[in-house]
Amino acid sequence: MTVLFGIFLLTLLVVVAIGIVRTGNLFTAVMLTGIFSLLMAANFFVLDAADVALTEAAVGAGISTVLLLGGLALVPGRERNRRRLHGLALGIVSLITLMVVYATFEKPRLGDPSAPVHQHVAPWYLEQTPILVGIPNVVTAVLGTFRGYDTLGEVIVVFTAGIGVLFLLGLPGAIGSRKTEEVQPGNSYLGHHLIPQIVGTLLIPFILLFALYVQFHGEYGPGGGFQAGAIFAAGMILYSLIAGEREALQVITPRVLIGLMASGALLFGGVGIVSMLLGGNFLDYNMLADNPVAGQQWGILIIELGVGITVTGVLLAVYHAFAARGR
Amino acid sequence: MSIASQLPALQIVVPLLVAPLTVLLRGSGLAWAAATAASAMAFAIAVALTLTALDGATISYDMGGWPAPYGIELRLDAFSALLLLLTTGASTLSLLGARDSIAELMGESREPLFYAAWLVALAGLCGIAITGDAFNVFVFMEISSLATYVLIAAGPDRRALTAAFKYLIMGTVGATFYLIGVGLVYMMTGTLNFADMEARLAEVDEVRPIVVAAGFITIGLALKAAIFPLHVWLPNAYSSAPNLVTVFIAACSTKVALYVLLRFDFFVFHGNLVGHAFQFSSFLAPLAVLGILVGSAVAVVESNVKRLLAYSSVAQLGYILLGASFGDLAGMTAAITLMFNHGLAKGALFMAIAALAMHTRGHTLADLSGAARQMPWTAAALVIAGASLIGIPGTAGFISKWLLLQAALQQGPLGVVAAVAVVAGSLAALAYVWRIIEPLYFGTAEGSTAGGSTAVYTATPPLLLLALWLAAGANVYFGLIPAVPVSLSELAAAELLGHLR
Repeated sequence: MTVLFGIFLLTLLVVVAIGIVRTGNLFTAVMLTGIFSLLMAANFFVLDAADVALTEAAVGAGISTVLLLGGLALVPGRERNRRRLHGLALGIVSLITLMVVYATFEKPRLGDPSAPVHQHVAPWYLEQTPILVGIPNVVTAVLGTFRGYDTLGEVIVVFTAGIGVLFLLGLPGAIGSRKTEEVQPGNSYLGHHLIPQIVGTLLIPFILLFALYVQFHGEYGPGGGFQAGAIFAAGMILYSLIAGEREALQVITPRVLIGLMASGALLFGGVGIVSMLLGGNFLDYNMLADNPVAGQQWGILIIELGVGITVTGVLLAVYHAFAARGR
Repeated sequence: MSIASQLPALQIVVPLLVAPLTVLLRGSGLAWAAATAASAMAFAIAVALTLTALDGATISYDMGGWPAPYGIELRLDAFSALLLLLTTGASTLSLLGARDSIAELMGESREPLFYAAWLVALAGLCGIAITGDAFNVFVFMEISSLATYVLIAAGPDRRALTAAFKYLIMGTVGATFYLIGVGLVYMMTGTLNFADMEARLAEVDEVRPIVVAAGFITIGLALKAAIFPLHVWLPNAYSSAPNLVTVFIAACSTKVALYVLLRFDFFVFHGNLVGHAFQFSSFLAPLAVLGILVGSAVAVVESNVKRLLAYSSVAQLGYILLGASFGDLAGMTAAITLMFNHGLAKGALFMAIAALAMHTRGHTLADLSGAARQMPWTAAALVIAGASLIGIPGTAGFISKWLLLQAALQQGPLGVVAAVAVVAGSLAALAYVWRIIEPLYFGTAEGSTAGGSTAVYTATPPLLLLALWLAAGANVYFGLIPAVPVSLSELAAAELLGHLR
């Protein structure tokens, strides 16, 4: 059954990818990338990677599509200078594809319990997580503590993307010469569409609540800071679509947005510094409480919060930077 | 736990966490001061770590207290220490001189973002140099690349945006190739730790995925390291970036990619894939020679100083690769010394250009006409750095060129061809450095013809002059007393070759 779903989804994925490359209409391309991410999310879900699926759906299909649309508002809707198929490029891409296919001839069968990936570190994670960390979601344990340093790195990547966009585009009221007052008040995008406005207003509280659930339930089910941050930001973006750009910037001011971007990363790093000061290595949560397992749980809770704060701040700041540029 | 045992982590944590703090700072100069202080601290840590690495010791640090391969291991040896020293040193010196020219370039509200991106780039490069984990390399490669794109995009005109975007596309392709390779290795070994990978690969029978992985990783990193013919992004990126950003990235960023390339190929693949070492050499040596010849030839005719020096970098990367492709101790030592010494020379040269450009307002050779009369100290530093780039005795560049020539001549007939290429490249270097020096000293100030360029000769900012002379001084110091880089390189080369079986 998994194989059947897999073939179906992957075929669609290829079709959509070809569609993205071939279309000259940028709006169509953006919509197709959204569909691509959704298919990818479904794929991850079929492979039992619910955490990754949730992230892909929230970030790939949700926020990136909104950001791409924000970018699209600044440029013409069609590709200019469309070139015909580039022979050399096509040849190289085909060659690389064939190489990857060649490499997979000797790969272990999907789901084979004797495959190297299931023989080495993975069993240790499965065995030790309940003992050392005491939470049921092993993925959260790997991302939050065993490889928490990588996760800190990913937060910094998100943070850097945020400062990059703000550096280039500016953010009214904080970066660049424009002030928040210059952003047009109200009645933007969906403001004059009755149905989206009412449905959206009803939905926002639930979206925000769900974000908090995903944030704090990550130890038990799929979820965590990245997904929660993306969902929270999606709720706030919906608000700014309904109420207007300026109103949204008054709820969370530009300085606060920048503060959120920085403080999430600092909170995460701060946990590392504190565990150093308490005599452990960087990010050694065992030090955070008398009982190492409790320390681990505190550590994961706090760093996930840091992740959520930075992701929310960056996504909102990037959205506002694009949106304010549009008008 | 003592502070000394925490140094490997602090090396990255200091710039990584001062970056978000910098964003919160307001007011002119504050963000610059924070960034410079953090960078200087990172340099001090790198010096301390180098002192331990000089004893031949390898330090292992478990992030989060989890032992490798379950957690992420930081691993410091002579090779990583050398890279850390170069990276933090280049960053600190260029930040020291950056304040005025950056303030001139951007509004006060954008400065904190710029310096934060700088620190992130620094932390990313240090993180790559010190980690012992293949996936962690990818994460920090993303960090440093993304921040570098921002720094390049800060360049003075709109061409910087195109250059940054092209670099972004190329860099992403490179990183993706690397990730595909790591994924394939993970599929066959189930581990991400370099040392563990090496051990477990020995037991893998199906080598096909590993061979493909080696290809993807080598090409991806070669793209990042701008190895000829994958260098096309480099001249645009170097010439469009703000001048002091060019100093920073030209001194260290391609070397860090090359470092990962050598480390991955020698540590993981050479011992486990039959004939891989030979393929590595026979594939890269011709590219290295071509890189030397083509890079030098373009530099000899290029009229934009920054592009000229960028093409010279393509040639110099060729030397490094050539040394590495010999596959023996002498060649590898020469290659690693070159990584360090070229960073010194090129960093100092770009810094001199940065100082000159604050007044000449242009980057063509004609713009430099007669500038030496107004800025004798800057021009003198440029001459020293240029001498080091050529490899004139008494400068750091001589030491590495000499080591490389000796190594080449040990290689038999083909080594002679390599030696001829090295000599030809050095003669070309003499020609293109002279092309900078000639107008500088013997041109007339009226010779500056660039449209609307009003030559405003005022004093170079003292901090920039200080940084420039420290860099030029380093070129002389390591030329006369080369013990530190050479012994680090020898240790590193022995370590790399020790993984051959």
